[in-house]
Amino acid sequence: MANTPVEYIQHHLQNLVFGAHPEKGWIVAQTAEEAGQMGFWSINLDTLGWSIAMGVLFLWLFRKAALTASTKVPGPLQNLAEMCIEFVEGMVRDTFHGRNPLIAPLALTIFVWVFLMNSLKWIPVDFIPGLAHLFGAPYFKIVPTADPNGTFGISIGVFILIIYYSIKVKGVGGFTKELSLTPFNHWALIPFNLFLEILGLLTKPLTLALRLFGNMYAGEVVFILIALLPFWAQWTLNLPWAIFHLLVIPLQAFIFMVLTIVYLSSAHEDHH
Amino acid sequence: MNINLTLFGQTIAFAIFVWFCMKYVWPPLTQAMQERQKKIAEGLDAAGRAQQDLKLAQEKVSNTLRESREQATQIIEQANKQANAIIEDAKQQAQAEGERLIAGAKAEIEQEVNRARVELRTQVAALAILGAEKILESKVDTKAHNKLVEKLASQL
Repeated sequence: MANTPVEYIQHHLQNLVFGAHPEKGWIVAQTAEEAGQMGFWSINLDTLGWSIAMGVLFLWLFRKAALTASTKVPGPLQNLAEMCIEFVEGMVRDTFHGRNPLIAPLALTIFVWVFLMNSLKWIPVDFIPGLAHLFGAPYFKIVPTADPNGTFGISIGVFILIIYYSIKVKGVGGFTKELSLTPFNHWALIPFNLFLEILGLLTKPLTLALRLFGNMYAGEVVFILIALLPFWAQWTLNLPWAIFHLLVIPLQAFIFMVLTIVYLSSAHEDHH
Repeated sequence: MNINLTLFGQTIAFAIFVWFCMKYVWPPLTQAMQERQKKIAEGLDAAGRAQQDLKLAQEKVSNTLRESREQATQIIEQANKQANAIIEDAKQQAQAEGERLIAGAKAEIEQEVNRARVELRTQVAALAILGAEKILESKVDTKAHNKLVEKLASQL
């Protein structure tokens, strides 16, 4: 199926899509063309499945840690969970100046979940797609954060929270005022202000999603390119790249979390 | 998708990566976790020790308090005893002094009485002689009758 390098790369960058095909109805797309024809009304089964799997893994691990938590010397799992929570809580305390009990759990979830989803990249690019192929899946792309659908999914959630708290803290009037009367407090400049502020507002989820997607997608492409080398030479590039991702993967999860906290913090701030 | 040597190449790289992580990534992580565990264990230990110390200190305090209370009662008792003794002593002394004074006064009175008696005797003797002379119209030989007069005076 994937014989030339271009085909190989394209094959690896194609999600497993289930959707409404204009001619064949609801099917799993067998080719990239079919997936393309489905348009909006389709689901990336691999992205959805793996992101849910990682989310469940996170919840299961931390729930287990919470259930067995004691005030005695912590076991390995509780220790790990406590370290994560302490780290995230410190981050929230330093960055978030409002008072909202949702922020720290949200930040923890985003950090650990994004980290787990990113970390799927360490698994060699052919392992799980190869396995899926044995079960008849024509395509399989396991890193949910290398799919814009995955990253936008999270960032739109954050965006909704930004809007919600902006309105809740400042009121509809306050929020409208902020959008229309900053940075230039003059009625004649309201259209200009609106343009600027709404652009700024929309930029937040966009940058949040695109930064993570760009990093993960580019890394994934490089892994796939490396996989085109002769098999005995692959490790020379694959290994440094994987080691480099020891830095990139936590860092991207961290950036996503910190930006979420910062955006929500600014949503809580009243400038008037 | 064909299963080919690419998969093998990836496996090699993955194996080395796993080895790398086990060698250089995992130990610092586990060490950090162990350090944290140790710190917590030490903290809990210290807390336990502090509690023990507190208990001991509280016991000591209550012991000391009880002892000092006992001592205080003892001291008060002693003081009371001493005070009573002093009062008793003072009473006795005062009584003794009073008795001494009374005895002195009595002795003096006795002396005065004796002196007065002696004087009275002599005067009575003189008066008696004077009276007798008047009666007898003659002189009484004081010397001859001295004995008689003195006898009379001593009977007074």
